[in-house]
Amino acid sequence: MIRTLPNSPLYKYTYRVYITCFFIFLVMPLLVIAVLAFNDSSDIALPWSGFTLDWFFANTDQRTGLFADSDLMQSIFTSIKTAFYVATLSTIVGIAAALLFEEEKFRLKGLLYFLALAPLVIPGVILGISILLTSTLAGTYLEKHFGLEVGFLTPSFWLVVLGQFSFGATYVMLLVGARLKKFDRTLEEAALSLKATRLQSIWYVTIPFLRPAIIGAFVVAFLISFSNFNTTIFLIGSSPTLPVDLYSRIKFSSTPVLNAVSFLIVAFITIAALISLFFNRTKK
Amino acid sequence: MMENKKGFNITFYLLILPVLLWLIVLIVLPHIYLLISSFQGETDSGASFFTLEHYETFFKNKIYWLTFVNTAAYAIGITVLAFIVTFPVAFYLTKVISKKYASFLALLLLIPLWVGELVTVYGWMIILGDHGVINEFLIYIGLIDKPIEMLYTNFSMTIGLLYVSMLFMVVPIMSTLESLDDSLIEAASDLGASKWTIFTKIIIPYSMPGITSGGIIVFMLVIGDYVAPDILGGKSSLWFTEQIYNEFLSTLDWGQGAAFGFLLLMISSSIIWIALKLSGQKLERVGS
Repeated sequence: MIRTLPNSPLYKYTYRVYITCFFIFLVMPLLVIAVLAFNDSSDIALPWSGFTLDWFFANTDQRTGLFADSDLMQSIFTSIKTAFYVATLSTIVGIAAALLFEEEKFRLKGLLYFLALAPLVIPGVILGISILLTSTLAGTYLEKHFGLEVGFLTPSFWLVVLGQFSFGATYVMLLVGARLKKFDRTLEEAALSLKATRLQSIWYVTIPFLRPAIIGAFVVAFLISFSNFNTTIFLIGSSPTLPVDLYSRIKFSSTPVLNAVSFLIVAFITIAALISLFFNRTKK
Repeated sequence: MMENKKGFNITFYLLILPVLLWLIVLIVLPHIYLLISSFQGETDSGASFFTLEHYETFFKNKIYWLTFVNTAAYAIGITVLAFIVTFPVAFYLTKVISKKYASFLALLLLIPLWVGELVTVYGWMIILGDHGVINEFLIYIGLIDKPIEMLYTNFSMTIGLLYVSMLFMVVPIMSTLESLDDSLIEAASDLGASKWTIFTKIIIPYSMPGITSGGIIVFMLVIGDYVAPDILGGKSSLWFTEQIYNEFLSTLDWGQGAAFGFLLLMISSSIIWIALKLSGQKLERVGS
């Protein structure tokens, strides 16, 4: 059953076959995309008609490759920009929340912590529509009573950032909080007894200890934002993010350019994952 | 802490202020207003009034509540399926193979997660289509002579939903299994317990916290998912989030959409609450 116990060959063999099937199931969509991104055909699927790089570089009447498709490049750029702001904002507020819930005592702490965890179990579509409804209400109210037009209260870049931040901060809080649980509190107390202020002890002692978790959390928040669709779709203004753009292309105008974009994302994530594996190895 | 004696504590306020802003402005108020808008009608002149019509629409039209029930039942089914499919994998990676391969395979598990739903769902669309990999392969080896219809059915929708959600089941189960001491299993085995007994009396009870966390996340993701049902599902695959998207993005009846949204929030939170009560687990644990 486990490493140290003997097993019948049949059991071992069946188990291995199952695990192999599972990993084939897991890798299949990624592999298929990677291969078909280089298929010399205007159809997104099979049959295979030879190797080409057209879906990346072509710029002719029949074929527009990824790098010549300015709409697509624009939406990739929008996504990166959104993800950067979301990750920054989520990291700052997430760290504050982690420190608050791990180190401070105050009334209603339980309730606040519950609310901070809520985005984990609220479907993204609900966050999207409720933020849309509320920002629209606030926008019309300000316009009616004060004659103010506040841009980010209507569907726009900044509303998307706010919407994604609303759950991004929860993930950062949990990742940083988990590391904070391992923190030796006496280090902070030592700093305090050496006449550091509380703020100085956080900045010079606690934050450096948390640095690996903070970097990790920033990356996680970035990736969550980059791939988000459910919340984003309701808050988007005139320039779509990559997932929204991909969605409308898949629905209405599939060309193999989709394979090329998907391939780039898969390649990027795989390389990033291998780098993280390598770093974890060398650390040990 | 010692600085509390000084009374006013600036650090505390620096920490709590952004957190309060986040939670009140982006979580509490929007959800309260979601509930309010679901009871709001609008006259031709733009004035709003209290109404129950959005909820009446839901209960009077079979298509709406049927979709609602169907979606909830489906989400529970996919959650159970995700557990069955992934538990052996989690066990294999933590207890069976050597650590060296395990970390590599565990990393492989995370890649589809980070690649994102749109890309992986699109991949399944290519695989399952009439000219997809599976059909072309079956035709090539001569098993069939015309494509089997797999895309745009409940089958393809199930595959898609399972694929995008199951990895959220593996990760928490793996983290509980990692702390399970192998000697417990060895001891049971030495005392003559069968594999089945070890499995049901030791392994499952021990990994229950991980199963609950994973189950809750999977359930929430599936019931709130839109991309997989919309791209891979067929005309007859009723999915409740599609009703919400329709009200907000096509018919623009936001009050109706708010009512649907609130109903979805209610059903998902109550099922999650029941799951937490049944397993005696706290929401805090789900996050870890």
